[in-house]
Order: sequence, then C-alpha cells, then structure tokens
Amino acid sequence: MIVKTAHLNLYYGSFHALKDIDLSIKENLITGIIGPSGCGKSTLLRVFNRMNDLIQGVRITGAVLIDREDIHSPICDLILLRKKVGMVFQRPNAFPLSIFDNIAYGPRIWGITDKKTLRGIVERSLAAVDLFSVLKDRLKKSALSLSAEERQRLCIARLLAVEPEILLMDEPCSALDPIATGKIEELMLVLKQKYTIIIVTHNMQQAARIADEVGFMLLGELIEFDSAKKIFTNPSDKRTFDYISGRFG
Amino acid sequence: MTFRIGPRTSQIIAHIILLLMTIVTVIVLFFIIGYVFKNGFAQLSLEFLTDRTREMGKEGGILPSIIGTLFITVLAIIIATPLGVGSAVYLVEYTRGGLLRKIISFGADCLAGVPSIIFGLFGFIFFVIQLKLGWSILSGSLTLAVMIIPTIIRTSEEAIKAVPQSYREISYSLGGGKLDTILKVVLPTSLPGILTGVILGIGRAIGETAAVIFTAGSSLNMPTSVFSSTRTLAVHFYILAREGISMPKAYGTATVLIIIILFVNLVAYRLMHRFMAKYY
Repeated sequence: MIVKTAHLNLYYGSFHALKDIDLSIKENLITGIIGPSGCGKSTLLRVFNRMNDLIQGVRITGAVLIDREDIHSPICDLILLRKKVGMVFQRPNAFPLSIFDNIAYGPRIWGITDKKTLRGIVERSLAAVDLFSVLKDRLKKSALSLSAEERQRLCIARLLAVEPEILLMDEPCSALDPIATGKIEELMLVLKQKYTIIIVTHNMQQAARIADEVGFMLLGELIEFDSAKKIFTNPSDKRTFDYISGRFG
Repeated sequence: MTFRIGPRTSQIIAHIILLLMTIVTVIVLFFIIGYVFKNGFAQLSLEFLTDRTREMGKEGGILPSIIGTLFITVLAIIIATPLGVGSAVYLVEYTRGGLLRKIISFGADCLAGVPSIIFGLFGFIFFVIQLKLGWSILSGSLTLAVMIIPTIIRTSEEAIKAVPQSYREISYSLGGGKLDTILKVVLPTSLPGILTGVILGIGRAIGETAAVIFTAGSSLNMPTSVFSSTRTLAVHFYILAREGISMPKAYGTATVLIIIILFVNLVAYRLMHRFMAKYY
C-alpha cells in the first residue's frame, strides 16, 4: 500500500465534500476514481499532494498516509511531498516558456543549475513521454507552439523531471480528442511500470481500458472500491451499477 | 405615425459615427504633433542638441536639459518600478483579496488622478525642505516616482491577477514554493502587462512639468550628480514660452521632447513584442 486513507473527511467551510473515506492504493497500478461531476473525486485527488491547502476554509480530519507517513503531520515536508506526489492537470497548461525551460522548471527549483545535468534530465523526460525524437531540434521554441496532445505530454515530462513516485492525473484527457486520448492512455500503461498512477476521470470507458482498480464516488462518499473487472462487470452496490450502466451521471 | 430606423440603417449610422469620432481624434493628435514639428524642426541642429544653454535659452543648445530629463526619468523609473511591482505582487499574492487590498487599490486609483502640481508641492515640502535634498535631480526623481507608483501598482496588479491560477498550481505541484512561483512563473508571465505600466509611467514622468519645477529647480548648468539642480525639457519649454525668451527655441525643445517620447515608446514596444513573440 503506497497510499492509504482512514476516516478521511474534508469540509469546504460548512460543506462536507469528502465523507469518511477509507482507501488503499497499491504500488505500480493505475487506480481510477470515477463518479459524476461534483462527487468529490478531484477534491480527493488533491488531498494526496495537499493542493487543497491553497483554498481558504478547507478543513481535513482523518489520516492520509503515503509511504506510511502521515502527510498532514507537522513534520511532513510539504515541498518534499509534492516532489514525490506529482500532478497532471486537466488543461494541458504549459508555461509560456521554451520547451526546455518548461521541463527544467522543476529541477531548477530543486537547485540543479549545471547545464549538462539539466540537459540530460530534459532529454530523458522527453524520451519517457515519447517526445524527444520529435522535439530534439526545437527545445528553445515556445512550448505554446505545440499541439494539445504534445503539450499534455510535455506537462507529464515536466512532472517526471522531478522524479516523483506517484502521479495524480486529474482528467488528463478531457481537453484532448479521441486519438490523442488513446496515445496518452498508451503512455500511462508504459508509465505504470515505474510509477503509481491515480487518475480521476468522468470517462468510464477510459477507466475500464486502463485502470487496474477503480473507486466509485457519489456525493462525497466512496461507494465501492474494487478491481476494475469487478466494478465494471459485477458491482456490489446498486448505485455503482446504476452509474456504470448510464442511469445517471 | 412613428418613425423607425431599420436595423441595417442603424448599423450604418453607428459605423459612420464611430469612424468620424476616430477621424477627429486622429486629426487632433496629428495636428498637435505636426504643428510643433513644423515650428520646431527648423531649430534642430547638431549644435542645438549638443551645446550648452546660453543667455537663459535664447542662444545655444539644450544638452543640459536633455541629460537632466533622461537622468530624472531613469532614476524615477528605477525607484518606482521595484516599489510598484513589489506592492502589486504583495497585494495579489499575499493578501488574498481582502479589505487591505481593496483599500490600497482604491487609494492607488485616487492617487493616480491627483494633479501633478499637488505632487510637486508635496515633493517641495517633503524632499526639498524636510529632507534637505534641495532642488535636485534626486528630489525630482523621488517626486516623480511617488507620482507614477500608483499607475505601476494598478497595471502590474491587473497583469498579475491575469496570470492563470493553474500556472501557480502547477508550480506548487512541482514542489515550488511561493517565492519560486512568483519569480519564475508569475512575474515572467505578467511581464508584458507590467512593462505597459512602466511605459505609461515613463510617459508621465518624461513630460512632467509641474511636479519637477518645484523639486528639481530650473538650473541650466550641466548636471553632474543626483544633487545637481536641473531643468527638464518640459520645464525649459515652459519657461522659454512663458517668459517670452524665444519661441523658436521653445518649439525646438518641444520637438526634441516629442521625438524622445516616441523613441522611448518605440523601443519599449519593440522589447515587449520580441518577448511576446518568443513565448506567446
């Protein structure tokens, strides 16, 4: 178990957004979190790298352990946590910088200034997302000149450059067309050999295609958590069945 | 019977009215610049640009005023830019849009509308007399800086607010701290907007008369340090015209001032454009 939550509750002011969530996520698997809009799946994802800290009035109770360490304990180094638990966002947002500087952003924060080392990291990260051969002559070009799919790959490369262990993906394909989506999914299947991936998606087919384990959330509760096969063929809870068979959502 | 204008006709009328308004504005603008140039261009010569001012400006050139103007403006910008941008960063990134930010923004808006002569008076009382800086480039620059800081704060604030929140989230998610995020993401992304504010500030400072006549004085000597008194081009123009010393020289001075302003704007926009073309 690399990620574990116990009686996790989260409130935005008086709104109870996550209700008593118990969850265990295994290493080197793709774990999908599905559910209708507003069910709290993105909020749950943002618990794991404490992105909710940026929002005023958020209160969290219960335990969240990553590698057996309580991420809300005062001795937990937030910056180290975010290095270990990286995030890919919904929009393929590249910084308005060059391709090279986008990927070197993280390593530079971590104090790497040596040009050769940086170059090595940039090349390896781009290669890991299968972009290096395409972009190797254009590293100085603006990252905004890339297509949406390339930009999302670049965002993943930018994340890999800080050597995370867990990749949080918040609907990473929702701004992409089906072909680009397919390519990003292939990439995720390659990446899971080295990383633990947690993906939030409203696309059930996507979860069925790539996830090993799936959690279904509704109104802030984790209704069911099981292997993808079980969730999509024989769910235990009627609400899960109703959702995956398209009765609501 | 009521008279009604069809939608097509009203479109055409609106188009014509807007076009006329634009034409009037452009004509007035070109008329002013053209008029000054017509009267002043003949004055331009190497001697006028490089000679000392003699006989109160009736003879000689305007080199001391050119240098004084550039000196005061550059110093004012050097003082005002970090203060203004720093305040804007603080307001947007550290106050979370609370009451403090509203009060300061409102204050900055009010200050931006205060007539420059009030700043001149303040500069005279505070910098010249209270701080005993005398009539000097330093007093003038400090006064101009106080005058343009509100503009820089407001434009920088808008530019920084326009940086997508997602950029900040990405930076944090990569392990960046607040300072990394501000220095490496927020400021570079908002740089074009911040530069616009600085350019507006330069424009206000370089042609300012009332605020500097009280604070930098009107000495015609070549400025040698920040403690020299100097007479900026705008002040020189004002004195030449007001005291009837020499209208041709006055127009010559105005022409030089306009050319400098055009040149500064051109360079600034070129720089901005080059930056934007690279990354946007």
